[in-house]
Amino acid sequence: MSVVTLKINDQDVSARDDATVLQAAREAGIHIPVLCYLEGLSAVGACRLCLVEVAGVNRLLPACTTRVQEGMMVQTNTPRLQNYRRHIVELLFAERNHVCAVCVANGNCELQALAIEVGMDHVRYDYMFPALGVDLTHERFGLDHNRCILCTRCVRACDEIEGAHTLDVLGRGAKARIVTDLNMPWGESPTCTSCGKCAMACPTGAIFKQGSTVAEMVHHPEKLAFLKVARERREWRV
Amino acid sequence: MEKLKLATVWLGGCSGCHMSFLDLDEWLFDLAAAVEVVFSPIADVKQFPEQVDVTLIEGAVANEEHLELVRMIRARSRMVISFGDCAVTGNVTAMRNVLSSSAEAVLNRAYRELPTFNPRIPDEAGIVPPLLERVLPVHAVIPVDVFLPGCPPPAPRIRAALQALIEGKTPEMIGREMLKFG
Repeated sequence: MSVVTLKINDQDVSARDDATVLQAAREAGIHIPVLCYLEGLSAVGACRLCLVEVAGVNRLLPACTTRVQEGMMVQTNTPRLQNYRRHIVELLFAERNHVCAVCVANGNCELQALAIEVGMDHVRYDYMFPALGVDLTHERFGLDHNRCILCTRCVRACDEIEGAHTLDVLGRGAKARIVTDLNMPWGESPTCTSCGKCAMACPTGAIFKQGSTVAEMVHHPEKLAFLKVARERREWRV
Repeated sequence: MEKLKLATVWLGGCSGCHMSFLDLDEWLFDLAAAVEVVFSPIADVKQFPEQVDVTLIEGAVANEEHLELVRMIRARSRMVISFGDCAVTGNVTAMRNVLSSSAEAVLNRAYRELPTFNPRIPDEAGIVPPLLERVLPVHAVIPVDVFLPGCPPPAPRIRAALQALIEGKTPEMIGREMLKFG
């Protein structure tokens, strides 16, 4: 391992050469908004909220999957990026049925918090109003597709941390859905261990504990990183 | 100085935004000193007046009466404010859009399929305004100047916005206190 030096928002930053721009920024206390990225899970660069400008590169790069380089010049919060981020958040709200007022995650939602952060006072796109279902067949958890933003944090938590790979994505584009096993009701899944890591990982109210009502669902995404680090350091004897 | 002419209207919503407005408690006295309320569900005025300075619109555009009224409001108001989540996003009022893209199917579901007794779609020409096929946020119909989200917007948020307007400024809708939906 060696250390590289780069500039983020004109600030000198040093980082390990295998770090991502996002990790380097976080180390330096520079905030970059994310949705699909979660500490402890692999990075997929899907939500595009962490896009940054890198001098000499004529396209925008996701900070979560871009490695740092010596002498790199990064801008994380230009007017162009702010504009794109607001459009991304508006598109997420327009694509499915996000009704904060009646959502279990109201007040504890990363999408709702991002809307505030990007200054979304209204959505300029037409709402799609797709007819989507809610899977309440599992005895402990529910999956509401209306509130899902397809960040795949649940899929990665289930696969990478729990090792069950019950959850996955079916279909493409606007028709994509989170499914359990081979698209069967969650309650009939032979692989689900009912561990609840998907509910910890979910940034919105899409995966929730059964019985939660409006504003009651608090996710615990930080617990997944804790588990991963504790396992790597072998903090528990098994 | 001439008083600001303020109107508030209630379209497809639950009136919760107006309840929150009344939650301004004793500040309503200060407001009454600074504005003239020219139209409101809590004032006995039948016709939306001409030359209004600021109109707060609660609720989504859900039927033909709403559609006609918002167009009149835009023509007669200097500044239009989407007041609360139903006006800004459609919110709960627009949840019927998920059921179908036709009002007919929604009415059938509510008034024919679900009732146990006397299933019948209410239909009194000239009294019950026909539903639009889809519920729309206000800005999908007319240009809106300020968006005041919340379900309902908390009283301090309403106060901050009105205070700015009284002082002749545009309210700054920034941060969790001013901008949170739900």
